[in-house]
Amino acid sequence: MSAWLICLRAIVAREALRFVHQRGRFMSALVRPLVWLLIFAAGFRNALGVSIIPPYEVYITYEVYIIPGLCGMIQLFNGMQSSLSLVYDREMGSMRLLLTSPMPRWWLLVSKLLAGATISILQVYTFLAIAAGFGIRMPWEGYLLVLPALFVTGLMLGALGLALSSFIRQLENFAGVMNFVIFPMFFLSSALYPLWKMAESSQLLYRLSAANPFTHAVELIRFALYGQFNGWALLWAFAALLVFLLLALLGYDPARGLMRQKG
Amino acid sequence: MTGDAHPGLAVEGVSYAYGDRRALDGVDFAVAAGTFCALLGPNGAGKSTLFSLLTRLFVTRTGKIRISGIDLSRNPRAALALMGVVFQQQTLDLDLTVRQNLAYFAALHGISGRDAEQRIDRALGWLGMADRARERARDLNGGHRRRAEIARALLHGPRVLLLDEPTVGLDAASRRAITARVHELCREEGLTVLWATHLVDEVRDEDDLVVLHRGKVLARGIASDIAGGERLADAFLAMTREEAS
Repeated sequence: MSAWLICLRAIVAREALRFVHQRGRFMSALVRPLVWLLIFAAGFRNALGVSIIPPYEVYITYEVYIIPGLCGMIQLFNGMQSSLSLVYDREMGSMRLLLTSPMPRWWLLVSKLLAGATISILQVYTFLAIAAGFGIRMPWEGYLLVLPALFVTGLMLGALGLALSSFIRQLENFAGVMNFVIFPMFFLSSALYPLWKMAESSQLLYRLSAANPFTHAVELIRFALYGQFNGWALLWAFAALLVFLLLALLGYDPARGLMRQKG
Repeated sequence: MTGDAHPGLAVEGVSYAYGDRRALDGVDFAVAAGTFCALLGPNGAGKSTLFSLLTRLFVTRTGKIRISGIDLSRNPRAALALMGVVFQQQTLDLDLTVRQNLAYFAALHGISGRDAEQRIDRALGWLGMADRARERARDLNGGHRRRAEIARALLHGPRVLLLDEPTVGLDAASRRAITARVHELCREEGLTVLWATHLVDEVRDEDDLVVLHRGKVLARGIASDIAGGERLADAFLAMTREEAS
């Protein structure tokens, strides 16, 4: 096996071990979307009617509608928690250790991203299995076809976290990320309501939601779960992945000096 | 371009500033291959900044750093491969065993399988940690954690070992044992060692010594020569006091 793959495998395995050791993180990663699914959706199912829009071909319940959004939510939180762990790592020193590896820095950061995306996919499948246990099921082929979509969206949201982590000075500043990144991204998206509903309320909010990369991540997952391909959403997700990855690489480039203020 | 013809470590005219505050100002010294060199300086002298530059966490355009003759800025991967680093901050994953921690680090250098296992056994043996390989890092005392970190830094067979205040927070016995062991490794394995410290009693008379204060090199040479017949602690205090006044 090449040195690069050995390095990648070790970073993924470490991230997985870390996740297993942090049972609280695993539980909260599952409980959060389940609360939305089993409590919020139950309360809102009569308030929010969902008309037939692609990829759906029949009327669906609200619980079914928000499943892709909650999958995206899991990946969004996982991406942010990975970035939290990077800030923690940097404060505690193990990020320093990682960056003194002779592997190219971009490869180390991409390995981190792949590790985070893998963890997020495991979380999503666990969530989908629990949702199926409550009778909220997708077409069987959707469970398979959503895998590549989850991979792209997991990488994209992980790259966002990575980029943010290079600019966050201290662990305490992470609360700001919650308020200014996670919540706006989640609520200004198609995760909880179709965008046409948003358009009825405000054209500005609709346009913001339509430009939000998280909306396209959710739509990519939604279509894939129903065995359909949404090229526009994939294009958006890829473009966002590239931009966030570029920002992350710049943030962790020693020559750019962004790390130095935090060193 | 490696080998004993080159100094193990060469720092040539290195400067660095955080905004307007100059942390290093024309730092210039070399450590001969296979030599133990203490980098002595009070808190705020610029030791950690220098370590960040040596390990390429930061880069500077002013000056050059060479590891066994390899220019760190031009060929960082080759230079980093020759370098073992022990940071001031603890960098073990506390939930993993000592062996798992070392295996992870070996993999970051592209080493796995039987080769990694053999290297881990050897490095832990050097540091007297073989019987603790299966213990979780969390269960080790401070001294043993440091030993594990030094063993980890030696896994990939570096020529240069950089240690940034490695005895901070340790009791006197652990400090003495670790300092002695690294001196032995330097002698036995031909390692070039740069040992940053603010504790004068960790420097031996025969060690190479670089005194850093306020980002400048105040003295360099053999420790006993720099002390000039006085106790090194007195000479160091006099040097840094004069500079401060």
